[in-house]
Amino acid sequence: MKENVLLQVHQLSKSFGGVHAIQGVSFHVHAREIVAVIGPNGAGKTTLFNVITGILRPTSGSIVFKGVSVVGKKPFQLAQLGMTRTFQNLQVFENMTVIENVMVGLHTRLKTGIFSAGFRLPRVSKEEKQALEQAFACLRQVGIEHLAFEKADILPYGMQRLVELARAAASNPSLILLDEPMAGLNPQESNKLVEVLLEMRSNGMTFLFVEHDMETVMSIADRIIVLDYGKKIAEGSPEEIAQHPDVIKAYLGEEEVI
Amino acid sequence: MGLDVKKIYNGSTKGSLLVAVVLLVLPLVFSTNNYLLSTMIMIGFYTIVSTGLTLLMGYAGQISLGQAAFYGIGAYTSAYFTTHFGLSPWLAMIAGAVLAAMVAFVIGIPAFRLREHYLALATLGFGVIVFTFFKEWKEITGGLNGFFGIPPIRLFGITIQTDFQFYYLVWVFALAGILFARNIVRSRVGRALLSIHGSEVAANSLGVNITKYKLQMFMISAVYASIAGSLYAHYVTFINPQLFEMITSIYFLIMVVIGGNGSIWGGLIGATVYVCLGELLKEIVPLFIPNASGEFEIVFFGILLVMMLIYMPNGLSHSISKIVKRLLPDWRRKNESMLVSENENAGSVGGERL
Repeated sequence: MKENVLLQVHQLSKSFGGVHAIQGVSFHVHAREIVAVIGPNGAGKTTLFNVITGILRPTSGSIVFKGVSVVGKKPFQLAQLGMTRTFQNLQVFENMTVIENVMVGLHTRLKTGIFSAGFRLPRVSKEEKQALEQAFACLRQVGIEHLAFEKADILPYGMQRLVELARAAASNPSLILLDEPMAGLNPQESNKLVEVLLEMRSNGMTFLFVEHDMETVMSIADRIIVLDYGKKIAEGSPEEIAQHPDVIKAYLGEEEVI
Repeated sequence: MGLDVKKIYNGSTKGSLLVAVVLLVLPLVFSTNNYLLSTMIMIGFYTIVSTGLTLLMGYAGQISLGQAAFYGIGAYTSAYFTTHFGLSPWLAMIAGAVLAAMVAFVIGIPAFRLREHYLALATLGFGVIVFTFFKEWKEITGGLNGFFGIPPIRLFGITIQTDFQFYYLVWVFALAGILFARNIVRSRVGRALLSIHGSEVAANSLGVNITKYKLQMFMISAVYASIAGSLYAHYVTFINPQLFEMITSIYFLIMVVIGGNGSIWGGLIGATVYVCLGELLKEIVPLFIPNASGEFEIVFFGILLVMMLIYMPNGLSHSISKIVKRLLPDWRRKNESMLVSENENAGSVGGERL
């Protein structure tokens, strides 16, 4: 498993003027792993995500994804390489139906351009049909296929999270970054999401996620990376992290975890 | 479960076919009414331009204030190549379209690097520059005196000269343009465009190259305008720079706003309303204000633009489709029952619901 490094982050830093949001963070993610990034508010988790996914450019350091340096690549280029993400504040396309949302997720898998679309070449119709079937299968995987033809904006919050996940997973990417996937979900919904994530992992997907809900983190993460003030202060299995003195001090306060 | 692409996009083509048939039968009924035919021909030109602009504004979310320049590029390219080089009008039309696309590309590249409505400003300036070119580059355009003697188009050995013939030529182009746009909208490209509207950051992270699609739509809209301009040149056989002034660009914009930019029919509706209102004004206004000049049109449409944006931001096409749905309860019921069966189906599969 050690050779199978999917994402390698080395000495990554990002400053906004004088504010060092992340400083010299290094870690790696293996294929088929679920890695959690935790840390108190303002620890730099979201910045780390935005840098890895190409929304922000790092001040220094390297990011290697599938053996390719991806610093300076734009998000859409990363998606073409097989890395996508979900968002903390939902970014469902409210102007579309649920299934169309997921079909946008298939964008990198489809080929139709303006001319083949405009002249409606035979292969376009075929591709559309395949896309629809694939998107429907993705919805079935997260258990919301009955909502396929509803407008996305009328769905309850928890369902929209599942739409986002199905959409991100549609193109069968190697790595999905989840930014606080459990935020705003009730217990049943988070259970459902955990179930879906574990199933997707068993199908070969890799996840890197930021989360506040410690119960979820402890139950599904293979490894946990702890950030505090932009620095990595610990890394290890959930058990190790739960007992790590620095983590307890910095993040969990004086109390024992779990 | 019968998955069908038609479920996403309202599969009914009846309405579209009806419009097409009405448009194609109309001149047979009114073949002697030249006023009606020439008005309809103008609507045809504007429909082509505003359908292209609808793709840009409604689906790519960008505003162009320079469509008249592309319209003019098409017209002058056709005029110049057919008159001075004896080139076939069809080849000249293609040359104009290619030129327009290239110009759009050159303007678009820097404009789309910046966000928001930079394109509107860039095209505004571009429109003024092109107008100046038309006016001053006298060897090619004839300057303010205009360009005379543009030959008519020939098709299958027939010279298209009468309004009756030209009507069909224009409307075949217009309907093909609408069909082309509709096909784009209902595809991967259309979904990518809609996703940009929905959330740029999410679209980007799913692999949608936003800049590329905006640029492509801008180029397509330029080609639409250019083709309309080429046809126009052959129709009127005389063009001058005033036809392609900035105000024309604004009228194109108004057509799209009237028609509504969320529907591919918006361009047709907007062009029709614009031309009809314009004709109506010419009849009515002199009755009340005997000395009124052409300026009243600008005032009227300016006010209309503001009113539309306040009270009907989605345009007429949106309101019309609402009314059609209300008038056709049958259609609605069919759709609802489809959804219900979908839900029951899901329940048995074990889909979780709140």
